[in-house]
Amino acid sequence: MSGYLFAVVMSVVTLLFVVHLLRRRQLREKYAGIWLVVSLAIIVLAAFPQLAIRLSDLVGVETPSNLLFASSLAVLLLVAIQLSTEISALEEETRTIAEQTAILGERLTRLEDAADGAPRPGDDEA
Amino acid sequence: MLPAWNEEIALPLVLAELRDAVPEIDVLVVSDGSTDRTVKVARQSGVRVLDLPINLGVGGAMRAGFKFALVNGYDSVVQCDADGQHDPRDIPRLVAAAEATEADVVIGARFAGAGAYEARGPRRWAMRLLSTVLSRLVGTRLTDTTSGFKLSGPRAVSLFAREYPAEYLGDTIESLVIAHRAGLTVRQLPVEMRPRAGGEPSHSPWRAGIFLGRAGLALAVALSRPAPRFATPDHLAPAS
Ligand SMILES: Nc1nc2c(ncn2[C@@H]2O[C@H](COP(=O)(O)OP(=O)(O)O)[C@@H](O)[C@H]2O)c(=O)[nH]1
Ligand SMILES: [Mg+2]
Repeated sequence: MSGYLFAVVMSVVTLLFVVHLLRRRQLREKYAGIWLVVSLAIIVLAAFPQLAIRLSDLVGVETPSNLLFASSLAVLLLVAIQLSTEISALEEETRTIAEQTAILGERLTRLEDAADGAPRPGDDEA
Repeated sequence: MLPAWNEEIALPLVLAELRDAVPEIDVLVVSDGSTDRTVKVARQSGVRVLDLPINLGVGGAMRAGFKFALVNGYDSVVQCDADGQHDPRDIPRLVAAAEATEADVVIGARFAGAGAYEARGPRRWAMRLLSTVLSRLVGTRLTDTTSGFKLSGPRAVSLFAREYPAEYLGDTIESLVIAHRAGLTVRQLPVEMRPRAGGEPSHSPWRAGIFLGRAGLALAVALSRPAPRFATPDHLAPAS
């Protein structure tokens, strides 16, 4: 029985932690959703172990814990893939911003040179 | 346009050579998050400089350069190594070749008769394989698909300003696939390769094996992508 209690406590802590991050804006809703669902699911399963047994009977898995392991692996895999695509999108955004910064920086240098009356890049120098 | 990453040693020589060989063209150095004096050295010799705040890789630097060309009204761009391996005196030949063949992209190619440059081991096999596949794809013989010496005409500039890949090897291989997909013509011109004028090459020989695998992957992915789009100046930074 203490094992169940431990599981419930852990998932409640996870849930509270996610909510805490959300409230401090350290986590955006679009990433929090999946973790909220997962921690709620664990709470429900920990509180009602019968549910896991019934569920595994339903899908034809012999040992309820294997069903849990398999589904948690699947969830983690999907989350990891999603995060990879988000990172790729971020890299593309960073790239665009770096380009823009460099182009603006060059323009600024040129304008400053022109304002100073200094020879402009491209003109011949002594 | 010279993509340069920590090239303070070779750059001054290359810029001086460019000024002698082709004084009529504007030179742009794209410093790619260089941690040495690349930017300073380039500014001192009076050329225009894009100073990228982070390292984007050759492809990333090139797309920045193409965007720059587009917003500043340049219609053709020649990409050239900042280490002195490409001879600036070949640039007029590239331009002439583009005019004569009406090609949108002209590659200055090694292994095409001129010069004595040799690659060895897996890197060589990879280059061979790439050349064969890409030659068949674009319908003309290409011997050096990973060359960093390339002319891009107006249509190529506006395409590349939007679509130039930042991936490893994407800047060479995938850009050719993209150009072909967009209906552009690719041709090559034999050029001679010289040794570096100074500084260190950015890749070491032992990474050559990895090169083979990544080159294959880059090609496969490039070929399976949907067709590219063109860019126009108003999609980009405020024009000057
Ligand atoms: N922008 C940019 N340029 C790079 C980077 N790495 C290398 N380069 C430049 O690409 C050119 C070719 O590099 P190099 O190391 O000589 O490669 P190789 O000529 O293929 O052997 C040189 O002008 C380098 O300065 C990078 O990360 N970013
Ligand atoms: Mg080189």
